[in-house]
Amino acid sequence: MPLVIDAVRMSRTLARIAHEIVERNRGVEELAFVGIRTRGVPLARRLAATVNEIAGADVPVGILDITLYRDDLMRHTVGPQPLVRLTDIPFSIDDRRILLVDDVLFTGRTIRSALDALIDFGRPKAIQLAVMVDRGHRELPIKADYVGKNLPTSRREIVNVRLQESDGIDEVTLEEGSHD
Amino acid sequence: MIESATSAPRPEPQTPAPSAPQPGLRGRHLLGIEELSAEEIVLILDTAEAMKEVGSRTVKKVPALRGRTVVNLFFEPSTRTRTSFEIAEKRLSADTLSIAVATSSVTKGETLVDTALNLEAMSPDMIVMRHASSGAAHLLSRICHARIINAGDGMHEHPTQALLDAFTIRRHKKRLAGLKVAIIGDLLHSRVLRSNVHLLGKLGANVWVSAPRTLIPPGIERLGVTATTRVEDAIADADVVMMLRIQMERMQGHFFPSLREYFTLYGLTKERLALARPDAIVMHPGPMNRGVEIASDVADGPASVILEQVSNGVAVRMAVLYLLAGGLD
Repeated sequence: MPLVIDAVRMSRTLARIAHEIVERNRGVEELAFVGIRTRGVPLARRLAATVNEIAGADVPVGILDITLYRDDLMRHTVGPQPLVRLTDIPFSIDDRRILLVDDVLFTGRTIRSALDALIDFGRPKAIQLAVMVDRGHRELPIKADYVGKNLPTSRREIVNVRLQESDGIDEVTLEEGSHD
Repeated sequence: MIESATSAPRPEPQTPAPSAPQPGLRGRHLLGIEELSAEEIVLILDTAEAMKEVGSRTVKKVPALRGRTVVNLFFEPSTRTRTSFEIAEKRLSADTLSIAVATSSVTKGETLVDTALNLEAMSPDMIVMRHASSGAAHLLSRICHARIINAGDGMHEHPTQALLDAFTIRRHKKRLAGLKVAIIGDLLHSRVLRSNVHLLGKLGANVWVSAPRTLIPPGIERLGVTATTRVEDAIADADVVMMLRIQMERMQGHFFPSLREYFTLYGLTKERLALARPDAIVMHPGPMNRGVEIASDVADGPASVILEQVSNGVAVRMAVLYLLAGGLD
């Protein structure tokens, strides 16, 4: 189980991305973070906290569950429906710069769903994407604006992002998958 | 009618497959609460929380059931339930069609089967049905390929009403287990009562029912409730007071001397409500007979959550539609 990112590296990576966000947006006035469930949420909160420290601001954070927007809903013939959990975006996204945050960028389908969901909430000025790991194998024309680490993988491999908030440890590992 | 769903491997591309099987509904249909497990009920209520948020957005619509057809087949008059299902279906982007069938003099069984077979020929994905005969939804589920949702069958069950009641209680009390719930009114003719008794029992609430002796179904204690003709005993220290409608249209014969006397002895007044816990909530599945089972000042009072029940109904029905839609082919 090769360790790709450890706790120290992760915290440095998040600090670096936070600085990039402030720099590229020339300030934080119109910024808002939206974390994609599950692990995009704590990552969004951490990035927002760091951005707030750097810029002395109070950037809001929302939670997005993309389940109802998945493109594979209803395409399986048997089995339970994916769990739907609460979306909570307690601010207007109109005319804001939305920082969408997820743990791993893979096929791009989750991000496609998230973009569709966000558009239903309003008309943001811009949407940018930050991910901890970009593992390649895109199936849609989607690209991240901020990447913690580019990690070349085979499709069979599994990238595990574990976070203190949900898993009790900060790390990214690469595992051999049992099936593709 | 309950088929066990095989657990489909649906690997999330970005997270490892969880070792515990994914929760889901075991059956293809929602015919009653009796067939559901406590876990399935909690899954529906949790999903409804997420659906409730969808209803609070500017664009109150998600694409989850796009391209699916849902038929609302109502053999009994209904405004609230039918509208609620229609809104729920539209919010999930399903194509919907509502048919109000006047009950004809033809034998009900024949009418129902014929209607169902004709609908089935147009291959809807789901049928939401209300019918005056108990067991009508079960019958439909045996002859139709479509998923069946029971929107009330005779005096048997009205599962989505009990689910929205539970959802409303849980939002106010944060739990169901250990609560004292008093259900008062026309117990004999009430499918809402049966569904609620099953649900509240499965989730550990302490259910009391009260009515004149003529309106207490014989053997109701076997469902695990405490039955009493003294309404004050049922209301005492209750966390939830649920009033049921006096269903004049189902009453063949005389069950009590007059509506006025019923109100005097069993109607929910401020004075009676004062016996309940100070934070008790008052519920009613509607439509209300003001001045019969409930006083107007209680129905419109601070403890009343009656209109919240109506708005929660949409969220709960969205949850049921979404969860049952899994594996449609």
